[in-house]
Amino acid sequence: MSGALIQTRSLVARYGDAQALFGIDFELHAGEVVAIIGANGAGKSTFLKALTGMVGVPREAVRYGGEDIGGLRPGAIVRRGLTMVPEGRRLFPSLSVEENLLIGGFARRSGPWNLVRLYALFPILKEKRRLPAMQLSGGQQQMVAIGRALMSNPQVLLCDEISLGLAPIVIKEIYDAMPATTAEGMSVVIVEQDVSVAQRVSQRLYCFQEGRVALAGDSNALTRAQISAAYFGD
Amino acid sequence: MIDTLLQGLLLGSLYALFALGLSLMFGVMRLTNVAHGDFVVLAAFAAIAITTVLPWHPLTIGVVLLPPAFGFGYALQRFVLNGTLGKDPLPSMVVTFGLSIVIQNALLQLFSADPRSLDAGTLATESVQLGDGIALGTLPLVIAVVSLACTAALQMLFDRTALGRAFRAVSDDRQIAELMGLDASKIYALATAIACALIALAGVLQGMRTTVSPSDGPLLLLFAFEAVIIGGMGSFWGTFVGALILGVVQQIGFYFDPGWGIWFGHLVFLVVLVVRPQGLFPRTR
Repeated sequence: MSGALIQTRSLVARYGDAQALFGIDFELHAGEVVAIIGANGAGKSTFLKALTGMVGVPREAVRYGGEDIGGLRPGAIVRRGLTMVPEGRRLFPSLSVEENLLIGGFARRSGPWNLVRLYALFPILKEKRRLPAMQLSGGQQQMVAIGRALMSNPQVLLCDEISLGLAPIVIKEIYDAMPATTAEGMSVVIVEQDVSVAQRVSQRLYCFQEGRVALAGDSNALTRAQISAAYFGD
Repeated sequence: MIDTLLQGLLLGSLYALFALGLSLMFGVMRLTNVAHGDFVVLAAFAAIAITTVLPWHPLTIGVVLLPPAFGFGYALQRFVLNGTLGKDPLPSMVVTFGLSIVIQNALLQLFSADPRSLDAGTLATESVQLGDGIALGTLPLVIAVVSLACTAALQMLFDRTALGRAFRAVSDDRQIAELMGLDASKIYALATAIACALIALAGVLQGMRTTVSPSDGPLLLLFAFEAVIIGGMGSFWGTFVGALILGVVQQIGFYFDPGWGIWFGHLVFLVVLVVRPQGLFPRTR
């Protein structure tokens, strides 16, 4: 399909001798929220890493905004507008909350996101801006991780398991902030373990299984039975 | 005893200048520069070589040496040491050990093994009288002020500036820092550039205060290393205080017997390693 913001065709990725992705065809359109679900080891995180340059792939394997960007350095990719919220948050422990956010703005892309906007989205972070990032609760740390990524004013935000280890109420709070980000025309890819959350927040959904796309379709149109079959490989 | 203490603090402030660069490189890159002391000696000899052709005061030469030292550090890290970084600390240690041998032998070839010094003029002989027979040399006082200023400036750079934030971020998690658009290899190069500028300053001041010979490097490295370990890796102020403690302890040793000073310093270093291996001011967050 033409007009896709991100497009991968038969994307293959490997860690040394071990192959993790076996030909992923994927599309993301402007302003869209797409969820990727799948069991552990299905290749979801590897796929995001391949998009952001953390895992080497051939140049032409990833097309973004009409340009082949596969295998570019992560810095070059973030400057083009593709930013990731990494799994496990990975905040900088020796930096305060605000300093973590400022590091996200290092790529200096112009756009609506700045500290003022972020503090309006997550007011608790303003209160705690001078604290070391690791002193915050898990949910608040996740807000910092998302805020750090937003500070680069991305065109596409890639979220890797942002609900992992968080209480349901916190997960809801974080996903409730999502419309504020997509309202700016940003596209979002979320990797999510919780199928119901993934279905609720996304327009389209991919289910990965053992490094392949087992199912793809409109989130609302897919049935539980279809997703289960793709998820567990029945 | 007060005189010994004061002299020890002044000696320690020179050690602090040796140690700041080592602390910076280790803090940002986890890189132990085995050639650190030899770089100090190299800077001193570079200044000595300049005095043979230009009639400048050594302090002027110290300032003039800062930009080339900065450039040397940047290039060294960017084109040599960055290639040695990784989970294994051994490659960088082997490469800097090799540099150490090359520098020592090159200096030996060019300048012979004779100890030399920089003529600081009246600065070396003037002193400030504090009454009760206590006099502090003007040059050691100048060194203490320079050392204090460098520590404060470096700490401020680390805590308050965008570059300092970048240093801490790549030190915490290089992969994620790069994911945020930081170029770790350039940031590492800037860290070594600043370290080498400090080394140049330390070398010139060392050459003014005492003599230098091509084989002095390893001992200077040891002093710097001891100061960093005693102080802990928490901050540059920790390194500064660690260096002052080392200077005072050495001076107390010298007071009892001229042969005991260095040995006393090693002893305190060992005691700190055994009792408080994280140093007196460890990283707190």
